[in-house]
Amino acid sequence: MMSKRIWAGASAMTVVLLLGACGGGGPGGSGGAFSGDKLVLAVLNDQSGVYKDASGPNSVKAVKMAVADYQKKYGDKAVVKKIEVTSTDHQNKPDIANTKASELYERGGADVILDVPTSSAALAVANQAKTHKKLFLDVSAATTALTGAQCNKYTFQWAYNTYLLATGTGTTVTQSGGKKWNIIFPDYEFGQNMTKSFTTAITKAGGTVQGTIPTPFPNENFATFLTKAGSTNPDVIGTMHAGGDLINLVKQFNESGLKEKGVELAVGLMVINDIHSLGVEQFAGTLFTDPWYWNMDAEARAWADRFLAETGNRPSFEHAGNYSAALQYLEAVQEAGTDDADAVVAKLEGKKVNDVFLRNGEIRAKDHSVVHDANLARVKKPADVKEPWDYEEIVTKIPAAKGFPPAEASGCSMKP
Amino acid sequence: MSAVLQYVVQGLAAGSFYALAALGLAVIFGVLGVVNFAHGAFYMLGAVTAAVLLDTLDLPLWWSLLVVPVLMFVFGVVIERLLVQWLLRLDPLYNLLLTFGLTLVFVELVKQRYGVSGLPYRLPGGLQGRVDLAGVVLPRYQLFVLLFSVAVCVLVWLLMTRTRVGMIVRASTEKPELARALGINVGRWVTPVFGFGVALAGLAGVLAAPFRAITADMGNNFAIILFAVVVIGGLGSIVGAVVAGFLVGLVEAFGQAYAPTFAQILIFVLMALVILVRPAGLFGRQEATA
Repeated sequence: MMSKRIWAGASAMTVVLLLGACGGGGPGGSGGAFSGDKLVLAVLNDQSGVYKDASGPNSVKAVKMAVADYQKKYGDKAVVKKIEVTSTDHQNKPDIANTKASELYERGGADVILDVPTSSAALAVANQAKTHKKLFLDVSAATTALTGAQCNKYTFQWAYNTYLLATGTGTTVTQSGGKKWNIIFPDYEFGQNMTKSFTTAITKAGGTVQGTIPTPFPNENFATFLTKAGSTNPDVIGTMHAGGDLINLVKQFNESGLKEKGVELAVGLMVINDIHSLGVEQFAGTLFTDPWYWNMDAEARAWADRFLAETGNRPSFEHAGNYSAALQYLEAVQEAGTDDADAVVAKLEGKKVNDVFLRNGEIRAKDHSVVHDANLARVKKPADVKEPWDYEEIVTKIPAAKGFPPAEASGCSMKP
Repeated sequence: MSAVLQYVVQGLAAGSFYALAALGLAVIFGVLGVVNFAHGAFYMLGAVTAAVLLDTLDLPLWWSLLVVPVLMFVFGVVIERLLVQWLLRLDPLYNLLLTFGLTLVFVELVKQRYGVSGLPYRLPGGLQGRVDLAGVVLPRYQLFVLLFSVAVCVLVWLLMTRTRVGMIVRASTEKPELARALGINVGRWVTPVFGFGVALAGLAGVLAAPFRAITADMGNNFAIILFAVVVIGGLGSIVGAVVAGFLVGLVEAFGQAYAPTFAQILIFVLMALVILVRPAGLFGRQEATA
């Protein structure tokens, strides 16, 4: 046992020494432009917990698809031949995310960290990116702090934020007639922030929020919360719950008879996998903001077909966002001719992009928010579903300029 | 007025889950002296089994209400024979640790097999919709759950008080030494009682399937409230578990209506009050604390 360990340690040391010798500057190759003579894309996300289905292992596959597409496009002209994609589980815990990010940058040779759901975990990773001067492209975390008060030069927010969810769903629903709202939210950071953003958006659009009802988290029984929310005869009940709590609430909302009374249910944050696991009939009619939907146009669909062949599932917006972030990162590396973070950031900043995920996309230089057109979606009725995963009907497009806050209002200052 | 009535019925409906599951917990504690930490996991397995049976065999809720408890009974018996029985003679802490460990194993296994986003469940047509009871509009299914649970509780009560088996079980619960002295083989009832308790948790799980999220984690929070229920009712007291189950449901409903932030805390406030005033619980025998 002991000797085995010593042996393993010795061989590890040898490898380290060998690697050091190589990196030390053999002539030729791409020596110097790429640390370790390779590019490492590290996906750091939830591989086993509540966000496993929405991003998880399939986000790693999406990133691998981006690498394959890059290699196919540039072939021999690619500035870097060896590209690795690694996967790490952060269990949605900020402390683990913090340690893992530091390890990945220092010892894992990571040039960029991708994905990172759970806002508190993403903020920890952003801080590590700043310390190590390496890139972090956030896809699955929604807090506006990443591109606001806690923004930094090396962090980008690729897919969405709480502002988009609130203006998307809150504003659009209010303008289309849902004037009176009652909001039920889980009583913790995310729920409180979402409720605040929604209230602002709804009031601005000419609606009123009759009441906000905090609930314990987690919680199974929503019957009385719903009765109470329905007692003021609102047009819309908004919910800021996610995961299992959301499913509990939706099931009990359907039971409550509020739907038949004409009360609409608007969901703050929902991913297509939620609909898939519970079935469309439970969610039918629900309104929510989807930053990207696999069947929204031919280009998205073509990529979703590839993803289906690869994984057996249709992609969520988080999967597509990871693909886009990885692809645009590789394009920037190609332009820069190096993996040096400052050079790559310079290529990314201000770039206008259209790809599988981004429509009218712009990587804003001011706050590193990647803004793009999003969708307000309604869950289809079971009778309208024509194929597996055909769950959403796009009610209206949310243009980038409306969906994201203006860069000046972000409160972001990039100075170190 | 109708609002208050609505809260009452909603509270009783929520309470019926607690009552059913707590009944199982109380029986197991009474006869085996085991604090079954895996009860929440058994509840979860009941719901997951019902969802899987519906998905694969198209077995509707009605059949699941019958089949799943039987399966869970067998499962409980296997667990008792394989694991629990070997620790019965040791400090109760060992079985507490065992059942806690089992919970972790079951939850992770379900996560591995069925993912984390939950399983779908369809309500049979006859239970959809709502009924209007003198101005109080209730989901038909909630009413069904309430009536069904009350019926099961009454049945268990009859079983415990009117049959020989029930009397032996009660005697073994309340005065094991005396029961033994009278020539009753207490040990013989240990295994079936454990299976029975597990079956009740599974039954509560089946009832929960149509209007709760069916995920690996669904039992975690439920189990915590369940322990509060059992403590309020009095450890090992069968009537206590049922009454406290409904009581906790009511406290939860009125909490949600009038003090939403404190809805769940109120349950534990109630528990603390009961412990202060009657340390053995509402229906516990006071000497049981000695």
